[in-house]
Amino acid sequence: METETKTAPPQADVGTTGHEWDGIHELNTPLPRWWLWLFYATIVWSIGYWIVYPSWPLIKSYTGGAFAWNSRAAVDADVGALQTQRAPLMAKLAAAPLAEIESTPQLLDFARTVGRRAFADNCAPCHGAGGGGAKGYPNLTDDVWLWGGKLADIEQTIRHGIRSGDDKGHQGAMPAFGRDGMLKPDDISAVTDYVRSLSGLATAPGADLGRGAKVFADNCTPCHGPQAKGNRDVGAPNLTSQVWLYGPDRKAIYDGVWNGHGGVMPAWDGKLDNATIKALTVYVHTFGGGEK
Amino acid sequence: MTEHAVEGSGHAPLASLVDEAARTTHGGGSAPPPPDEYDEGPLYAARKTIYPQSVHGTFRRIKWTVLVVTLGIYYLLPFVRWDRGPNAPHQAVLVDFPGRRFYFFFIEIWPQEVYYLTGLLIIAAVTLFLMNAVAGRVWCGYLCPQTVWTDLFVAIERWIQGDRREHLLADREPWTFERAARAASKHFWWIIIAWWTGGAWVLYFADAPTLVKNLATFQAPPVAYAFIGLLTFTTYTLAGWMREQVCIYMCPWPRIQAALTDEYALNVTYRYDRGEPRASLKKAAALHAAGRPAGDCIECLQCVHVCPTGVDIRGGADLGCIQCGLCIDACDAVMKKIGRPPRLIAYDTDVNIRNRQQGKPVFFKIVRTRTLLYAAIIALVGSVMTYALATRRSDGLSVIHDRNPMYVRLSDGGVRNAYAIRILNKTLQTQNFVLTLSGLPDAKVDVIGAEAGSGGDPVIEVGPDQTREMRVLVTTHAALAPEASIPIVFTVTAGNAGISAAAGDHFVGP
Repeated sequence: METETKTAPPQADVGTTGHEWDGIHELNTPLPRWWLWLFYATIVWSIGYWIVYPSWPLIKSYTGGAFAWNSRAAVDADVGALQTQRAPLMAKLAAAPLAEIESTPQLLDFARTVGRRAFADNCAPCHGAGGGGAKGYPNLTDDVWLWGGKLADIEQTIRHGIRSGDDKGHQGAMPAFGRDGMLKPDDISAVTDYVRSLSGLATAPGADLGRGAKVFADNCTPCHGPQAKGNRDVGAPNLTSQVWLYGPDRKAIYDGVWNGHGGVMPAWDGKLDNATIKALTVYVHTFGGGEK
Repeated sequence: MTEHAVEGSGHAPLASLVDEAARTTHGGGSAPPPPDEYDEGPLYAARKTIYPQSVHGTFRRIKWTVLVVTLGIYYLLPFVRWDRGPNAPHQAVLVDFPGRRFYFFFIEIWPQEVYYLTGLLIIAAVTLFLMNAVAGRVWCGYLCPQTVWTDLFVAIERWIQGDRREHLLADREPWTFERAARAASKHFWWIIIAWWTGGAWVLYFADAPTLVKNLATFQAPPVAYAFIGLLTFTTYTLAGWMREQVCIYMCPWPRIQAALTDEYALNVTYRYDRGEPRASLKKAAALHAAGRPAGDCIECLQCVHVCPTGVDIRGGADLGCIQCGLCIDACDAVMKKIGRPPRLIAYDTDVNIRNRQQGKPVFFKIVRTRTLLYAAIIALVGSVMTYALATRRSDGLSVIHDRNPMYVRLSDGGVRNAYAIRILNKTLQTQNFVLTLSGLPDAKVDVIGAEAGSGGDPVIEVGPDQTREMRVLVTTHAALAPEASIPIVFTVTAGNAGISAAAGDHFVGP
């Protein structure tokens, strides 16, 4: 297209870079000098980092920086600030009776929040992230409690544990009836079927439930009770319920009678502070199975 | 960086290069420079100070009006009150970071509703495109904060140090006490304005009257002082010292808009069809006498002297040109004085200039595919946002099923599932929500920390403008199919407020 010259000629004081695309030349317009100075300024600025922050590795240590700042101390300060912020509520938790914590919405929310963190840190490895438990580790969300499900019971168990070596901890274990020669395999087999029948589970063909009942009455009732409803004083489970800590299958029950049981729950008194233990108690109690 | 990699920037008139190329290619005009004349000059250069001359006219009046209105809004808006009732702030526009709320007159936005902002940004971007397709860099020339504040700072400069000629001459003289005093006075007022600008900024983030009082008595939080300092610095630097360099070197928009304009878009344009060939009045008279053509441009350079970015508009479309229209005012004044028709520089289109050259009629085509599309996008996004805002719920419910355990077997054979529900109460009153469940036979619903109301269903109290998370236990003794997963629906209803929200989940069995 042939057009009239519509412009002044390119500024005489601006040359081209020598680049050319399809007849279009690129003017060489210099950048402003302050742009260059900004670049130098960033380099100077970076020297400040060497001085202020930990930077240079030495043979055995490192330069600590002018203000001895480090990220670990910064985290400590943040945690400290959080603890200060929480301190009034933590003090209330430590002072209030458990029942009052649960009936005061603000304290309940706070206890459950603190409890959730403490549970995840300390309890979840065995009892599961949501308290669902695993084989041999009780499910804390159901309504079955070996040692009691009231607030005071749960607090007692958390503080002093079970077979934990703590003097105030829960004691008592299921004896190893087979291994220690107290019962013969046939008796154990019979009592296994009898126990399964108590909660409506299928028994082996030709099982002698009468013999099983007799073995049970002679050996098991001191702890599990004549009705097999269990006894929380010694942590003996109710054998008529649908919930089985070690599983309801025949082999699991037989092995239990043969080898006995005696899982350990650590004592947390002293490891966790008073307010945290109370928060954990409320948290576990409000999983859903807590007893009034 | 090689010495050839420096890109052409603000003062490189694109059109002039194209034309030079055209002349070269078609054998007219000058030949390309031989290689040894290629510029090996400096990569960096000092800024050439621009002394924009004052000007009067239509576009200057428009710019003053826009300046007063926009700055007025900026400085005064934080003090506008808006009554929202007892449980909310009374500031019309407030970004409440600690409370995680944004208030804009009758609108209150929660963090999870930040998509309103997304919609606003889409509309803003497409509006920029539309402005560009219709009338060029309207944003840059009149509305951009950089332009508005620079305009204000230049006005202060002229007030204290005089107009272009006086200031330029003074700068060439050695320093005197008077010159130093004037310079100091200018910087003082610049800093006052910059400080006021930073001060107004922080008022959008807290109750304005309270914060003003606290700032004055040195009881405001340090972050407020820090931000005032920061914005004082940026305003003073950008509007006082950087000025056109922000547009030319720092802003991406000039680059983008160059790709958005077209030959039908109105742009501040030198009508070279009328102006060329340039000739002084005397020379023009001589040319006319000799029967040769002479254009209307008399090379008075008024258009260049008033330009705040130092552009020669006669060089054609230019990245440095913010299209503020001040050269139109300057040229019109000259044309009036010498008795020629105004608007030698005007809002015009490339197509019309060509048409005039070829004797064809001029026309303005605002309705084009691109303007229609931009308008359609704005209308669409605007409608969606308006609809979303009009139907914004004042409550909400979300449910998460417990993952461990998924279900709990009870000793009596029942099955229980646990859920965490969160109720949102966006009203400014405390509400009592009744929780009900549907979809599960023989279901019993318990909420930890909430009592059953008169209807037997749990009642959950949620404070004004708050959310509350609760643990919900759902138990059934109905016979379930193996590995059952039953869809259920939770509903919370606040009868007093007439609001209700529902959320679905599943009840799983062994």
